[in-house]
Amino acid sequence: MTGAERTASDKAEFKRELAAVVPHLRAFARGLCGRADMADDLVQEALLKAWAAQERFEPGTSMRAWTFVILRNAYLTDMRRNRFRGEYDENVAERILTAPAGQEEPIHLADLHRALLTLPPERREALLLVGAGGFSYEEAAQICGCAVGTIKSRVGRARATLNTMLADGSVPKRSIDDATAHRAIMDELEEVAAGNGVAARG
Amino acid sequence: MRAKPKRSKGQQELPGWTSGLRQLYDQVVDEDLPDSFRDLLARLDKAD
Repeated sequence: MTGAERTASDKAEFKRELAAVVPHLRAFARGLCGRADMADDLVQEALLKAWAAQERFEPGTSMRAWTFVILRNAYLTDMRRNRFRGEYDENVAERILTAPAGQEEPIHLADLHRALLTLPPERREALLLVGAGGFSYEEAAQICGCAVGTIKSRVGRARATLNTMLADGSVPKRSIDDATAHRAIMDELEEVAAGNGVAARG
Repeated sequence: MRAKPKRSKGQQELPGWTSGLRQLYDQVVDEDLPDSFRDLLARLDKAD
């Protein structure tokens, strides 16, 4: 398809697929940047970029994975401009996750979301892709433009951190106020941004 | 593509909060799409 003139039918099919992944883009963006309004702005930006780059999409491949790369790059660009600081959306507060059998106390989704937002972005996105979005490690590695082993390591570290935070109740009240978390995010951002691999530029 | 994405293997041994992670994601997926998205999608063709 690349390089060929796209027909009206191609465009209609692309648009149909694009529309179908919007809810997933919104969910990924919400996990990445925390605030619903900022997340939706990010998704709109990604949709426009995806539409403009539609000739680079290979029909038959995963539209969700392809658009996640675009969304991720838009997010990283905005992060470098300091638009997002892992702000927490209070609207999700107080929703309680029913405790699974054998677990003593229910986990508040709000706590989980805040804990997630304290993770360095590379680990947060890896955990979101694999643990929330249901991507395989291989797919997540493609989206992030890095090695599968790197994704496994990031997911493992993210899980360990969240396990500790949620087990001992050390979730920060507001991630934006946590200077350590914020510094870690900013320190690692450059590394993540530098790691935009082939898939990320596709 | 409304079908939920398949879950990768190796998640069975995970602690309880991992279902919360999916729940955070899925509850956004299941939200009604704001009108702004419908408007944007409708405008895409016209932007060409």
